[in-house]
Amino acid sequence: MRRRTAGARGPAPADSPSLFDEEDATSVYADVGDEFPGASPASAIAVSTLTQIMKDVVEGAFVPLWVRGEVSDFKAHRNGHWYFCLRDQASQLKCVVWSRDQLRMPAAPDDGMQVTALGQLGVYAARGEMQLTIRQLEAEGDGLWRKALERTRLRLERDGLLAADRKRELPRFPRRIAVVTSASGAALRDIEAVVRRRAPGVELVVVHAAVQGENAPLELCAAMDRVARWGGADLVIIGRGGGSREDLWAFNDERVARAVAACAVPTISAVGHEVDITLCDLVADLRAPTPSAAAETAVASRMELALELGALRARLVGAIETCLYEPQQRASSAARALSRAVSGRLTQRQASVAALAGRLNALSPLATLERGYAVASGADGATRSSIRDFAPGERFNLRVRDGDVDATTVAVRPLDAPR
Amino acid sequence: MTIEQSLARLDAIVEQLESEPLELAAALALFEEGVACLREAAGTLSEAEARVQRLTELADGAFDVEPLDDE
Repeated sequence: MRRRTAGARGPAPADSPSLFDEEDATSVYADVGDEFPGASPASAIAVSTLTQIMKDVVEGAFVPLWVRGEVSDFKAHRNGHWYFCLRDQASQLKCVVWSRDQLRMPAAPDDGMQVTALGQLGVYAARGEMQLTIRQLEAEGDGLWRKALERTRLRLERDGLLAADRKRELPRFPRRIAVVTSASGAALRDIEAVVRRRAPGVELVVVHAAVQGENAPLELCAAMDRVARWGGADLVIIGRGGGSREDLWAFNDERVARAVAACAVPTISAVGHEVDITLCDLVADLRAPTPSAAAETAVASRMELALELGALRARLVGAIETCLYEPQQRASSAARALSRAVSGRLTQRQASVAALAGRLNALSPLATLERGYAVASGADGATRSSIRDFAPGERFNLRVRDGDVDATTVAVRPLDAPR
Repeated sequence: MTIEQSLARLDAIVEQLESEPLELAAALALFEEGVACLREAAGTLSEAEARVQRLTELADGAFDVEPLDDE
């Protein structure tokens, strides 16, 4: 290898032909003459002509290619385009992403990211530089998707939309469930099957939106808006069946997430399969792993309701029986007390009657008569207990134990008088 | 009354009957109300098939809910 003396900047193979080799220049232009553009100072071509030719040659020679490299010197220009270099250990290549192509990319790359880019090699004439115009960009390990998701998540978090205390309780027995999904999708069929089986009397109202593709975010937002303006639902399920990450991406759209967060009635998000977690899931009041699971959570089954009603019925009956038991107990114990009181008094009265009777008996002359005494009484009924009460020849009554005797006084004499 | 309200009321009635000493007449009135709630909630169990409909927005901004064509 040898250095050229004519001022060429880079190394070149020793035997490659060059316009600047004096001896070869004449031979190259021998056939066309000095008038050929660029063949002589007189026919020198303009820079813009040359770069235009360069552009045509390069762009004609390369079809769009996937190129692998590391991002460096990334710059998002005010004009909306992204500029950066793709490089490896030996080389670098200027790259541009026009703003309209950025819509298909989840996020801008960062310096140091390993990416693969699909682009068209061309020439930026104003600088005379070769550049790759990139249409698609993928970072190693889903880097761009993760970055986009994380950035949006942080914004939602900063606005408090992910806070646990925002989560509302779902209605236990919703009457009308709005289902924001594709009217022809698998998610709707799954939800419908579960609801028919579990919860009769529940109305499903489908609010159609594309769930994938470029229009999906706006259609999902519009559907949430219709649900809000309609105001007829007491629960909203938003979701779709499984799909690729790109298919599910609309549910990571910040506008969709914000629309779900702003929903006036409780929301269940059910996007894809168990492993797929979207921003929509994070802002909804409940995340269900699948649309079927969303439906199962949304509507209580007939069986559950029947069991609950049975339990409540038993408690109700038990409670009223308890309520009735105590007054019954009170009543019967009152009755017992009353009867105790009454019978107690009776006994007492009986005892006093007996005592009285005893006393009466003791006072009664009948008892004395029992012992053989007799009581004399006059016609006036007054007891005659002294000889002074008797006059000879006078009749009187003599009461003995078992009857009366008519008697007549023969004579009277004092106790100490001789007979 | 929605089934939720029926159940909530029923729950409250049972709680009240279970916890507070009540006049017999008041307890019986609550019991009767509880039975009515039970009956109402149980009515939901026998309701008809679930319906699937589609929300459509009319030109004047009003909304219409109509049966969803399966195809």
